[in-house]
Amino acid sequence: MARPLGEATREAYGKALAELGRENPNIVVLDGDLSKSTMTKYFAQEFPDRFFNVGIAEANMVGIAAGLASAGKIAFASSFACFVMCKAFDQMRLAVAYSGNNVKIVGTHGGISIGEDGVSQMGHEDIGLALSLPGFVVMVPADAAETRAAVRAAAEHVGPVYIRVGRPKAPIVYENGCPDFQIGRAITVREGRDVTLIANGLMVAAALDAAEALEQEGISARVLDMHTVRPLDEATIEKAARETGAIVVAEEHLLYTGLASQVAMAVARLHPVPMRFVGLYDYAESGAPDALMRKYGLTADDIAREARELVNMRQKAAV
Amino acid sequence: MVTTDVSVEQLERTARKLRRHIVKMLAIAGSGHPGGSLSAIDILTALFLGGIMRYDPKNPRWEERDRFILSKGHAVPALYAVLAEAGFIPEEWLWQLRKIDTPMQGHPSVKDLPAVEASTGSLGQGLSIGLGMALAARLDGRQYRVYVMIGDGESEEGQVWEAAMAASHFRVGNLTAILDYNRYQLDGAIGEIMSIEPIVAKWEAFGWAVREIDGHNMQEILDALHWAKEPREQPSIIIAHTVKGKGVSFMENNNEFHGKAPTQAELEQALAELAD
Ligand SMILES: Cc1ncc(C[n+]2csc(CCOP(=O)(O)OP(=O)(O)O)c2C)c(N)n1
Ligand SMILES: [Mg+2]
Repeated sequence: MARPLGEATREAYGKALAELGRENPNIVVLDGDLSKSTMTKYFAQEFPDRFFNVGIAEANMVGIAAGLASAGKIAFASSFACFVMCKAFDQMRLAVAYSGNNVKIVGTHGGISIGEDGVSQMGHEDIGLALSLPGFVVMVPADAAETRAAVRAAAEHVGPVYIRVGRPKAPIVYENGCPDFQIGRAITVREGRDVTLIANGLMVAAALDAAEALEQEGISARVLDMHTVRPLDEATIEKAARETGAIVVAEEHLLYTGLASQVAMAVARLHPVPMRFVGLYDYAESGAPDALMRKYGLTADDIAREARELVNMRQKAAV
Repeated sequence: MVTTDVSVEQLERTARKLRRHIVKMLAIAGSGHPGGSLSAIDILTALFLGGIMRYDPKNPRWEERDRFILSKGHAVPALYAVLAEAGFIPEEWLWQLRKIDTPMQGHPSVKDLPAVEASTGSLGQGLSIGLGMALAARLDGRQYRVYVMIGDGESEEGQVWEAAMAASHFRVGNLTAILDYNRYQLDGAIGEIMSIEPIVAKWEAFGWAVREIDGHNMQEILDALHWAKEPREQPSIIIAHTVKGKGVSFMENNNEFHGKAPTQAELEQALAELAD
């Protein structure tokens, strides 16, 4: 059932950045002493003149990126998701979001699947922070192929972007690339009638696995890859609510502020249906990535359980 | 409370043993940061086991205790090693480093271990927290000192300098910073990534009493820690020149071991080199 593992999304990010660097001399990259982990090292090796390692100084990094952008550069700035979003939030607010500067923030090591390093290095709330900044496009790609497409789209989009990528190898969702990728357009990765599973990042593969398990039980689950959290593809969400009548949202993030709350707002306004949420309610801890995903309820089984309960509820109500 | 009559030779032997613990716990964990743990361990050994700090392992939250904050939290194996040696935690716990459902988090966590004074791992935060503790001691009329270890790479964070400015402005004589100047950060040599020089002049300009030492010379470390305790109306910093990976030949000045655990074979070689 488990999908074959592909490259880590951070690896795909680093390679995509180097590719873009070859095509566009206007792209500059900044990092905060993590280029070996964020994978901006590929760009740094090829284009040392357009790469700025500012040391361990994330707020300064984002400020410099804003200055570069205001002078016409396309500035990508990276660190771990938690450090860049938390330490440079004020700079993102005033010098990037409010000013409309063309800065692309890419936070790596998002979520709890980084494992053993523990809470201080995990991105539990990065997406929520990015979402709280008006004007930011916010993307969470599911696998390496989609990451390449998202990074390319981010470079083309004029304005602030946040992309979250992860540390571990990511299960392959798109075997033949992701040619139809468009910012703000969800991808239906599996059709279904009884319930819709909406996910992003690593949870897309988990949702697909959940859908396969549900099929064995006679439940037909649609799966939407909601790679863009803002602008949210409300039309596709509304259609799913109407056609399947139940929605489970799954994300590797605190539920208070991420994809789940965005989707819930859209569903409440456009076509209310019963919903369930798979995500975090608290900080995690150190441990092996898989064990953490199980302990903190971020597996295909967790998604399938919630979907099953929604479908059972509806059947009982119908009797 | 610790005894004060321990000899330099004893401390050196203890530090060697704790180096063995560090490489062993990292090898078992399969991930973590050997380089900055090994550069820091002589200083931590002197602080906790050389009669410098006052504490009570039976009562880790004793209000009069001296505080130590490992601001460069990724060196937590060094902290756990001294906490075990000082009797705060059982030695067996060391082999649970980074394991799920244990208190042995990959970075220091106050929530998980009462002997940890501050949750760190996001670099740059420790000195401000230490300053707050030092100010509280003054408000409450307590005699404790606060020690904060920072990294040289970590010194690139602006918050370190905000804390430095505030500490001298508030005249906290009970705050001592220790800079683990091992000349490397994650991406490479400090001088190549982001130079922090002239570091002595910087701290002096910020109003701190500064002393430079060889951070692997036990006598010099002890002397400097006693110097730090002398009454004064300004904070003090010990700039400790250290070697990243100190004590294990293939880790010394080899930044590949900034954040990579030794393999089983590497562990065996390291243990052989660190044997008594
Ligand atoms: C705010 C922040 N940014 C980045 C990191 C990732 N990181 C962990 S260790 C490290 C290098 C630290 O260098 P230094 O302070 O010199 O430590 P040492 O050499 O003693 O290991 C970095 C960049 C972090 N932990 N916190
Ligand atoms: Mg260093």
